[in-house]
Amino acid sequence: MLSPDDLAAIGLTLRLAGLTTLLLLLVGTPIAWWLARSQHWLKGPIGAVVTLPLVLPPAVLGFYLLVLLGPEGPLGQLTQALGLGLLPFTFPGLVLASAIYSMPFVIQPLQQAFAAIGDGPLEAAATLRASPLDTFLSVALPLARPGFITAAILGFAHTVGEFGVVLMIGGNIPGKTQVLSMAIYNHVEALEYGQAHWLAGGMLLFSFVVLLALNLRGWQRSV
Amino acid sequence: MSIAARFAIRYAGFSLTAEFDLPGHGITALFGPSGSGKSTLLRAIAGLERWPASHLRVNDSVWQDATSFLPTHRRPLGYVFQHANLFPHLSVGRNLDYGARRAGAAARRVVRDDIIELLGIGALLERMPARLSGGEQQRVAIARALLTGPELLLMDEPLAALDLARKNEILPYLETLHDTLDIPVLYVSHAPDEVARLADHLLVLDAGAIVAQGPLAETLARTDLPIPLGEDAGVVLDAYVRERDARWHLARVEFPGGELWVRDGGQAIGSRVRLRILARDVSIALERPEGSSIMNALPATVDEIAGEPHPALALVRLNAGNSPLLARLTRRSADLLALTPGASVWAQIKAVALIG
Repeated sequence: MLSPDDLAAIGLTLRLAGLTTLLLLLVGTPIAWWLARSQHWLKGPIGAVVTLPLVLPPAVLGFYLLVLLGPEGPLGQLTQALGLGLLPFTFPGLVLASAIYSMPFVIQPLQQAFAAIGDGPLEAAATLRASPLDTFLSVALPLARPGFITAAILGFAHTVGEFGVVLMIGGNIPGKTQVLSMAIYNHVEALEYGQAHWLAGGMLLFSFVVLLALNLRGWQRSV
Repeated sequence: MSIAARFAIRYAGFSLTAEFDLPGHGITALFGPSGSGKSTLLRAIAGLERWPASHLRVNDSVWQDATSFLPTHRRPLGYVFQHANLFPHLSVGRNLDYGARRAGAAARRVVRDDIIELLGIGALLERMPARLSGGEQQRVAIARALLTGPELLLMDEPLAALDLARKNEILPYLETLHDTLDIPVLYVSHAPDEVARLADHLLVLDAGAIVAQGPLAETLARTDLPIPLGEDAGVVLDAYVRERDARWHLARVEFPGGELWVRDGGQAIGSRVRLRILARDVSIALERPEGSSIMNALPATVDEIAGEPHPALALVRLNAGNSPLLARLTRRSADLLALTPGASVWAQIKAVALIG
């Protein structure tokens, strides 16, 4: 069955995915809103940067993050100057890397949900004395609710499944940065197929349930 | 109460320059063909679009000038869009409260229950917008705008997205609104029948410029309107119901130019009604017509004879006791009758529409 290390990996993975999703919903909402509403010329380039992790090999992303956050990297020097120390091979470093890795999975559904609202309700709110912030909170957010649920589910599930970035930036430290996919990898390396089955099967079931939930939501909305 | 505006609007392939003063009461129709810039102008007045080098003053407050621009949500206006734009996540009642709650003191100028009754939406308050018909949605949207206690109501083709039946369902409400509330309305429309029915004042736009403006009856009676109204050319007159004939279901109405028998629309004796007489329904005779099925004939003098886009037709403006009438004839008829300004004639009126 599951060893204490396996349980620690599961706990760490859930904590990582939860924090990453929360962080992305907070930071991603204004970015998605801006991408959906702005006519600015930077919209194209920024939209591309935000989507980049979708197509980039995780190892490439992890490598650059490692360099940037390392002792010689500009971000690494910044975190050291701020007294935060170095982020690679720590849990906060993992959260940061996961957030970048899963960013498109949160921002894209949000951006689409905001864009789908259209100008009509927002302009109507303005003519009904609602300030832009008020309009955002009282009209845009409630109307984009399905997008938020989709974004949270996709962001969480995608973070749970990551491997390459975590390996690069987090190493493989049990109880500290060893996540589920890495625990599976370790078991396979050690020829402990039984334990690998438990974890892999759990992941399979989890992914299936997530997709099922998403589909059921879509089905409910279309009725 | 008045509105003074000067707008300079320019975007790819379109420019609009408009300077106008509007009365602070009644319904002013912004009328013109599609693409004439009337909706753009209305959006600029609401602050939904911002154009530099423009100026707008409503009553005593400046909404926009060279240095200042009041954002839409700070302008005491009501706006009714072509599509109702109700908030789909809020019930009808909460849609109504949305603006009213934010408008604060201004909203107390109107009584919620009165507006709800005026628009006949009392039974809909618990419903969600998706469960309403197009006409019902638009009535809720109008009520929602009115409940902010606006100083100016802007309506952007509020009937254009509705079918004829829904249109006829809403028009009476708009007329009641006109008679009951003392809020100036700017009403964008490209439909001459709506304008004739509702407006008091007319602003005609064509290709980005104001081409005519003035009181409705006066402006509609012009023969030189730059956008020919064709089949819709005609005059609008105010008249009073004097007699109702129960046997023939007719009503005798009186206006400065004389009396007309019209289909009885159920209005009480003494009530004021608006008549619309289309130019194509008026013919001209030199003698008082006898033995005709047309029961309405009025003595008049010829004011002016103007051409029509089709070379076969002429538009004749008549003066019947200081009320203008328009008659559309063939140029051949005008020639045969030897019509000249000042000539005394009889106007035969085949049809009169009683519009509200």
